[in-house]
Amino acid sequence: MTDTARFIPDRLQSPLERRLKSWESLLLLVAICIFVANSFASPYFLNAWNLSDATFNFTEKAMIAFAMALLIISGEIDLSVAAIIALASTAMGAAVQMGAGVPVLVLVGLGTGLLCGAFNGFLVTRMGLPSIVVTIGTMSLFRGISYIVLGDQAYKGYPSDFAFFGQGYVFWVISFEFVLFALLAVIYGILLHKTNFGRTIYAIGNNPTGALFSGIRVARVKFILFLLTGLMSGVAAICLTSRLGSTRPSIGFGWELEIVTMVVLGGVNILGGSGSIPGVVIAAFVMGLVTFGLGLLNVPGIVMSIVIGALLIGVIALPRLWTMWRAKAAKG
Amino acid sequence: MLTRFLASREALLVAAIGLLLAVIATRFPAFVTPANLADVFNDTSPLILLAIGQMVVILTKCIDLSVAANLALTGMAVAMLNVAFPGLPVPLLILAAIGMGTVMGMANGILVWKLAIPPIVVTLGTMTIFRGLIFLLSGGDWVNSHEMSDAFKAFPRAEILGLPMLSWTAILAIVAFTVLMTRTTLGRAAYAVGGNPHAATYTGIDVGRTQFWAFTLSGALAGLTGYLWVSRYAVAYVDIAGGFELDVVAACVIGGISIAGGIGTVGGAVLGALFLGVIKNALPVVNISPFWQLAISGAAIIIAVAVNARANRTKGRIILRSAEQTA
Repeated sequence: MTDTARFIPDRLQSPLERRLKSWESLLLLVAICIFVANSFASPYFLNAWNLSDATFNFTEKAMIAFAMALLIISGEIDLSVAAIIALASTAMGAAVQMGAGVPVLVLVGLGTGLLCGAFNGFLVTRMGLPSIVVTIGTMSLFRGISYIVLGDQAYKGYPSDFAFFGQGYVFWVISFEFVLFALLAVIYGILLHKTNFGRTIYAIGNNPTGALFSGIRVARVKFILFLLTGLMSGVAAICLTSRLGSTRPSIGFGWELEIVTMVVLGGVNILGGSGSIPGVVIAAFVMGLVTFGLGLLNVPGIVMSIVIGALLIGVIALPRLWTMWRAKAAKG
Repeated sequence: MLTRFLASREALLVAAIGLLLAVIATRFPAFVTPANLADVFNDTSPLILLAIGQMVVILTKCIDLSVAANLALTGMAVAMLNVAFPGLPVPLLILAAIGMGTVMGMANGILVWKLAIPPIVVTLGTMTIFRGLIFLLSGGDWVNSHEMSDAFKAFPRAEILGLPMLSWTAILAIVAFTVLMTRTTLGRAAYAVGGNPHAATYTGIDVGRTQFWAFTLSGALAGLTGYLWVSRYAVAYVDIAGGFELDVVAACVIGGISIAGGIGTVGGAVLGALFLGVIKNALPVVNISPFWQLAISGAAIIIAVAVNARANRTKGRIILRSAEQTA
């Protein structure tokens, strides 16, 4: 990552650190404000089916964001996740053409994700290459393979049972995807905050050399984290393909940056070492609600990006401006 | 001097590009005619311009993901300016484009310098903001060829000594930035900041201010390229140069610019861009389907990074090799 020495003093100063501790509450406040604004903006918003629909704006991205959060906390990044979605979806499409059933499709999707993750992990941990560059490369490579296989075609004809992953509802209006999202949030929350493995991720992100000297197998942990982002991309590929009912090579284009935005908005330090899963969960809701609310107001998708971008910079800049202002005030 | 060049990253790239051209020439001799090579250079000029700016940013340990969005917003703005006031002279429009790009670069730079927000976060944010602004500005409409004035479209095509102005602009930028990076204090400061920010601070170099200027330069080049791009293709729309920022970073990485900062040359960035440009232009000629292009450039990036890492590994005294690698 692009680590700058200027950021090191920030980590030692406790005021910013303390402000970051309340990051989740700040974000929750933003989420509530957007929710209230949404309910005033459109009379159609407060409707169980609408709210359920709104979750599709973030569930698939958030699944990947959980694994990405762990990876970024460890000081690495994976920009190839959206390309892995495309490749996994292409592989599933190819399997469908060969007459594969639902269990095989799921295995193919997850397997492709894991393989791609392993490839990234190998290049980063075994060959010692910077992950931001490696995954820019594999991003083109993975999506390129999808283009080679598919050309300008689309794979269709998924079995009708397969539709459950992206279109099925488990409890009345609660979709399977949302249940999966909630389940994964709990699993990743426990993994990061309650296990030794989670602790080692923070240790690596804060000081890789120190972590190595304290007996942490840095390369192995990072490899596992790349496997996890690959696997989650496979899961997201299954859900997204099922929801769309077809595979095109451009599937999920540009998602990598939205996922990174979600993670950073969730309070994860892009330079590694700090962040939490609850933060990412709230950030997922914030981004989903913003997109959905503006959609209700007929705001075009591209204009929403202004709001998301401003939110990203604003939410990070405001606490810093606040601390700077406080420091200036304290000085007199 | 000669031996040092032969062992350098640039020589390796020149050899790689030469080999690539030789292989293509065995099947399609027409590809290596001077006229066609000039076309390839002209096609690659926008990538070269952006790669040079990105190089300065990466040297200072930052990254600018907003260049393609900056290019697109500036391009759309000058195109609309041209439609609204067809009488405005082209030099004025070019100045406006550079000015707009510079302002956007400065916005990135200020956020990185004064608020110390990590560059990747800042430019991720401004990238989406700029793209959204294009839509607000244009309402999603295209500016088409017949709406633009002839003078507006003619500039990048105007030929001097057989080369179009687009190519000359790239050459001019190469010369100017070579001088800037090797002969001025700002260039030296950029290397110092990227090489060792702590040491740079103690030498009296303002790390943040240097990064600010790097973003400003990158923005100015992106703005200039915005005008050139739109006038050359004679069309402006929201998605212009979508995803191009990653091509630009890739060109830098292939050109041996270390993503960790402090290492790289203008020549490297130019050759990295040319390497991608030759591949891009050669694929249709050698009858490889354009669908292969993405995979091939991806593989090229990975191989280039691997070679790069191997070349840099022997330098310096490494006390604990495994710690160094994981760090």
